[in-house]
Amino acid sequence: MIFKRAIIVFIFLKISLLMLTTYSANATVWTVSPTTQTKSIKQALETAHAGDTIHILKGTYKEGNIIIDKPITLFGEDFPILDGELKNEVISIKSNDVTIKGLQLQNSGRMVMSDPGAVKVYDSKNIIIEQNILLNNYFGIYLQYSNHCIIKNNIIKATQKAENQSGNGIHCWKSDSIQIIGNKIVGHRDGIYFEFVKNSVIWRNRSINNLRYGLHFMFSNDNTYISNYFRSNGAGVAVMYSKKVTMIHNTIEENWGDAAYGILFKELSDCYLSGNIFKRNTTGILFDGCSRTLLEHNTFQANGWAIRLQASSIDNRLEKNNFIGNTFDATTNGTLTLNHFSENYWDKYEGYDLDKDKIGDVPYHPLSLYAVIIEKNPPAMLLYRSFMISLLDKSEKLIPSLTPENFIDKSPKMIPNKI
Amino acid sequence: MMRILKYVIIDILKNRIVLVYTIMLALFSWSAFSLEDNAAKGLLTVLNIILLTVPLVSVLFSTIYVYNSNEFIELLLSHPVKRSMIWKALFSGLSLSMVIAFLIGTGIPLLLFADTSTALLMMAGGSLLTVIFIAIAFLCSMITRDKAKGIGLSIMLWIYFALLFDGLVLFLFFQFAEYPIESVVVGLSALSPIDLCRILILMKLDVSAMMGFTGAVFQKLFGTNWGLMASFSLLAMWSVAPFYLSLRKFKKKDL
Repeated sequence: MIFKRAIIVFIFLKISLLMLTTYSANATVWTVSPTTQTKSIKQALETAHAGDTIHILKGTYKEGNIIIDKPITLFGEDFPILDGELKNEVISIKSNDVTIKGLQLQNSGRMVMSDPGAVKVYDSKNIIIEQNILLNNYFGIYLQYSNHCIIKNNIIKATQKAENQSGNGIHCWKSDSIQIIGNKIVGHRDGIYFEFVKNSVIWRNRSINNLRYGLHFMFSNDNTYISNYFRSNGAGVAVMYSKKVTMIHNTIEENWGDAAYGILFKELSDCYLSGNIFKRNTTGILFDGCSRTLLEHNTFQANGWAIRLQASSIDNRLEKNNFIGNTFDATTNGTLTLNHFSENYWDKYEGYDLDKDKIGDVPYHPLSLYAVIIEKNPPAMLLYRSFMISLLDKSEKLIPSLTPENFIDKSPKMIPNKI
Repeated sequence: MMRILKYVIIDILKNRIVLVYTIMLALFSWSAFSLEDNAAKGLLTVLNIILLTVPLVSVLFSTIYVYNSNEFIELLLSHPVKRSMIWKALFSGLSLSMVIAFLIGTGIPLLLFADTSTALLMMAGGSLLTVIFIAIAFLCSMITRDKAKGIGLSIMLWIYFALLFDGLVLFLFFQFAEYPIESVVVGLSALSPIDLCRILILMKLDVSAMMGFTGAVFQKLFGTNWGLMASFSLLAMWSVAPFYLSLRKFKKKDL
């Protein structure tokens, strides 16, 4: 029986291999370079057939808008420069099975009406955009109505100063099954922007110094974000109106400012966060209208406010996280709390552990009196760390009167959780 | 003046209180850093030492010391030295020994455990507070001839600056919550050297929190180099002004 199955698999493999060789045997490689006969990419595109490869040698190509309407591979050697001269969209992909690799795409147009990008994909499938350098574009890579696309190892940089003159680094709209891997995005409006995108994975990207958000998505369900790095973005990371989002091992650092949040969670439900690191943000996470989200094994370190849990959030669970060196561990804007804390490590915990089970015997109140005072009267921050305030905080810990009594971790850890 | 300074310092060293003070500071600071699992919490303990213990010991010890050296001062006055010289030598002798005690006791562990810029800021703050409260002690001892009254006055002043002032400012915050009083409060904080010092260190320690909300206003005023310089010159004023007042009194005083 096993032998029979092995034969079937073998035959199947043989056939597919045969098909592959025939396919590549028919494909032609066209070379474009400033010195050879074919000097323009457009010219090569016209003569090429579906499945061909266009090999672009080093040089600068200013050809306006290049439209790709058949399955083709654009392959650049030594990063040939395709320049949009601040007027055009550089490459428009309007066909399935297109690969773009090794190009330097720069200076796309800046029209607000048509949103030109360095590469814009229209209603297509199986697109691969890999190892390109994108400089000074309005939008970097723009996907609309596209699915099964891979955007991998691109470097995307822009230097605009104002939000309204700048587009997003990677912008996906109404797309499905996208893979965004290993890109570096610097200086755009939003690093990565998703709207109505489903079943996608975002892995190992770095989004740094963007004007607005490092990552921004809305109405995008069932996506997974793994091992990404977000630093010093104008307003951190904002995710809204989505369900079933998974975030694992991301690092979010140094988002400073009045309205900047490590992550802003607005109207999210059924999400899962694990192993993320929030460091030196004004606010680590803001929960606004979130429900049924589980946070475990995350690290909150040296933030102003580790967690800002608005009273509109319910049934969220924070378990086995580490809170280290934050100015305030938590704050809220109401008295009703329907969220659950358990087995977190709080470095401000001052309880004891008589039965030696490594869980503190008295509950921890993450919400300090002064956090409540500052919520009502922000300038009072100036008095923080004065002896008077410490006295107030200590007395509130002994006899809670102003802080909500169920804002509590009943099983605080004595030593940090292993992450 | 150098000779008087020498006598004062030798006398203080004989006294042993400053030695005990150094050892106590060192014990507290070392244990703060080695008992806590992260340096940030140790820093907070040291911050409390700087803001509470250092001013208290400085002001008390100096007041008592000045009263006790009354006879020494009278003896010196019978020699051909200028009055201001004696007072200045006494002040610099006390300041020097107390600042060195502070730097040895707290400065060394700070430099070892905290990052250098925070440590230097805290050391500068602590040294300035020491000098300021010695100056306040000198003023107290000049205001009244009675030793008990003088010590009482200096303790009252310490309580006012360390505790009551913050309470008053908090009260103001709540009374005028509807008004934009941030800049007024910044101005008010200049009225208490302990507050000024605390805010300077706060800007460094809780930089993430200070970047948000109205913290940004304060960051603009205190966090820049100009703000830093302004605050330090204010602190310097705080050490010069009380001493100058006491000097004027001392020159005319009938001992």
